[in-house]
Amino acid sequence: MTDASLPEPRHARSLKDVDARTNRRNRAEARFRAYGIAAVSIGLVFLVVLLGAILINGVGAFQQTFVNVPVYLDPAKLDKNGERNIEDIKKVSTFGYNPLVENALLETVQASGADTELDSAAEMKKLLSASAAAQIRDTVIANPELIGQTVEFRLLAASRVDGYLKGRVKREDVTRDKNIDVAHLDLTDKLHDAGVITKGFNLAFITGADASESRPEQAGLGVSMLGSFFMMLVVLGLSLPIGVAASIYLEEFAPQNRFTDLIEVNISNLAAVPSIVFGILGLAAFIQFAHLPQSAPLVGGLTLTLMTLPTIVISTRASLKSVPPSIRDAALGVGASKMQAVFHHVLPMAMPGILTGTIIGLAQALGETAPLLLIGMVGYIATNAPDGLASGFLDPNSAMPAQIFEWAKRADPAYYERAWGGIIILLVFLMTMNIIAIILRRRFERRW
Amino acid sequence: MSFTKISTSVLALVAVSASAAAARDNVQVAGSSTVLPYASIVAEAFGENFDFPTPVIESGGSSAGLKRFCEGVGENTIDIANASRAIREKEIKACGENGVNDIIEVRIGYDGIVFASQIDGPAFTAFEPADWYNALAPKVLKDGELVDNPYSQWADFNGDLPAVEIAAFIPGTKHGTREVFEEKVLLQGCEDTGAMKAMEESGMDEDAVEDACMAVRTDGKSVDIDGDYTETLARIDSNADGVGVFGLAFYENNTDKLKVATMSGVEPTTETIAAGDYPVSRPLFFYIKKAHIGVIPGLKEYAEFFVSDEVAGPSGPLANYGLVSDPELADTQAMIADEKTMGEGM
Repeated sequence: MTDASLPEPRHARSLKDVDARTNRRNRAEARFRAYGIAAVSIGLVFLVVLLGAILINGVGAFQQTFVNVPVYLDPAKLDKNGERNIEDIKKVSTFGYNPLVENALLETVQASGADTELDSAAEMKKLLSASAAAQIRDTVIANPELIGQTVEFRLLAASRVDGYLKGRVKREDVTRDKNIDVAHLDLTDKLHDAGVITKGFNLAFITGADASESRPEQAGLGVSMLGSFFMMLVVLGLSLPIGVAASIYLEEFAPQNRFTDLIEVNISNLAAVPSIVFGILGLAAFIQFAHLPQSAPLVGGLTLTLMTLPTIVISTRASLKSVPPSIRDAALGVGASKMQAVFHHVLPMAMPGILTGTIIGLAQALGETAPLLLIGMVGYIATNAPDGLASGFLDPNSAMPAQIFEWAKRADPAYYERAWGGIIILLVFLMTMNIIAIILRRRFERRW
Repeated sequence: MSFTKISTSVLALVAVSASAAAARDNVQVAGSSTVLPYASIVAEAFGENFDFPTPVIESGGSSAGLKRFCEGVGENTIDIANASRAIREKEIKACGENGVNDIIEVRIGYDGIVFASQIDGPAFTAFEPADWYNALAPKVLKDGELVDNPYSQWADFNGDLPAVEIAAFIPGTKHGTREVFEEKVLLQGCEDTGAMKAMEESGMDEDAVEDACMAVRTDGKSVDIDGDYTETLARIDSNADGVGVFGLAFYENNTDKLKVATMSGVEPTTETIAAGDYPVSRPLFFYIKKAHIGVIPGLKEYAEFFVSDEVAGPSGPLANYGLVSDPELADTQAMIADEKTMGEGM
């Protein structure tokens, strides 16, 4: 080894002097950072635009316009026999209540002193929702003693009137609209000033049932929320025990061979199967083969269970794997059986991970629409609130995302606003579930 | 062993509920999305006025609804199929094979099909069936000869129409509306332009001519919309030159975004449709499974309520929404009261 064979050493230079190559590398790094920031900001911009659009379009659904009308419940019309017999009172249909509503509105308008070109009660009725008669009839049937009195009702305004006060319907929009005229809008303004028409929080949107095509102002998400709730009960009750049992067996007990490998690959594949496929499977297996009722949350829940299972199995196995083998070895070393080691030591430590996975799986199932299309949960379905546990599982019902999809399809633009409002509620649910998952992970997760 | 406990109890619950499913107390309806709005209005009023639960109405198209209707008799099958066209022979046969023999056909009224474009878009104000044939057919008659459709703009064949690219959004083949569109517009246009005659002279047999007349070009100028009218509206909203096919009721709910064109010089309104002047209209139906009457509570009551004067009459809520009420409603009412099936004559 001689010094002569070494090349001439480079000119000694301080590391602090930046040469061209270092510059290049620094620039590359700066560029990469800029790309990263750009990517993150594009994502954020999209998120803001999305959330903004949802809020702007949907927030209107949480406000509703009401018309305060004192209605004289005329005994001559509502109870001809005068015996206050509930069967007699029920015989008067909502069509029989319409004249009462029309007259009451006419009198209210005249009493408020608002002058209008509309002179007939029938014309004025366009201000009110078609649900008014039903609302009064329900009250009368529940309290027959009210007949003969004048009762102040807070009736829903028609969707166009509601839209006008919210700024959704413009004056120039209604010129060719047969449902309402500019004269109605003028009258709306006057009645709004007189305090007859008021805007208030729309509790019925959160608690109510779906409504028909002709009265979007009455539609609510409540019943389909219950549908979603019962579906989630089924999903939770089935997929959690089955998923956890399957993963414990696969992870802790099953021998490692071709067969278990095959199962493992298939579970990962199932997790990636498009959800509509599970819908077709649910239709064939639960409705056509097992003859479970159409449109029932039970069937929806079973179908979504199929979809959620792989998610839960994968996350459970991951959290079981993350428990260090030393825990198992220690338990086995002091004489625990394999099952004791798993259930007393491994499973409790894996629990936070399992729960997180389950909640994420449930959130996914909650927002899923496609499989529900095939098992008959879209349409005019969510109309009757279930009156018990069995009816909650078995009576036809919709689910939140399916209801939103249905509203978005309907002709009246007022339903479009409801659909956006429904998205807000759905998002609140999903965010709550995700936050619970994060809190669980943060609080209980152990690191080794 | 709490997992075993939970899973056994859940399985038990499922088993119990499956057997409880035997008793259904609500009417189940499926079918045409055109009839859905009307059916939902009736179902809502029915639920309000009767002690029966509100019927469940699913959509999905006339053909899909009739297919499910014909799956058999029993609690697990639907009671009523809504349809925006009459049931076909083929479907009656399929029904019969599955034991669905007694079907009551109920005509609820008429519905107009309108041709509308963006309100601020080009001036599509008047159409003839021939225009639609020229715009959409794969083969048209030009200078006395049948040629592959050479037209790319509306003005190419009718100078009164705007000189914009043809972009037509028509209902997909699973919709009953498509059939009416083919028969009343395309077939008529085929005849009017003389293309039909030319095809007959070229030696095609009658069925082949009819099929050729109702075919639609596949080069992207005509788009089949398999979803609902809202999807068509969204397409028109984003394409100022687009022309779409809508139901009259849908158009009337969206007059702030759409403008309608006349067909053969007649403007579509409930009056012109009722009078029979507007050419593109069709009857709407629903079909009742007679075997379910008396088994499913409220089925007959729902049907009777649907066609009652208060509901389906000229001043009822259905007419308010856009249905053209049937002048022969009294006959329909009598038919349901007697439970007259299709075979027994109307």
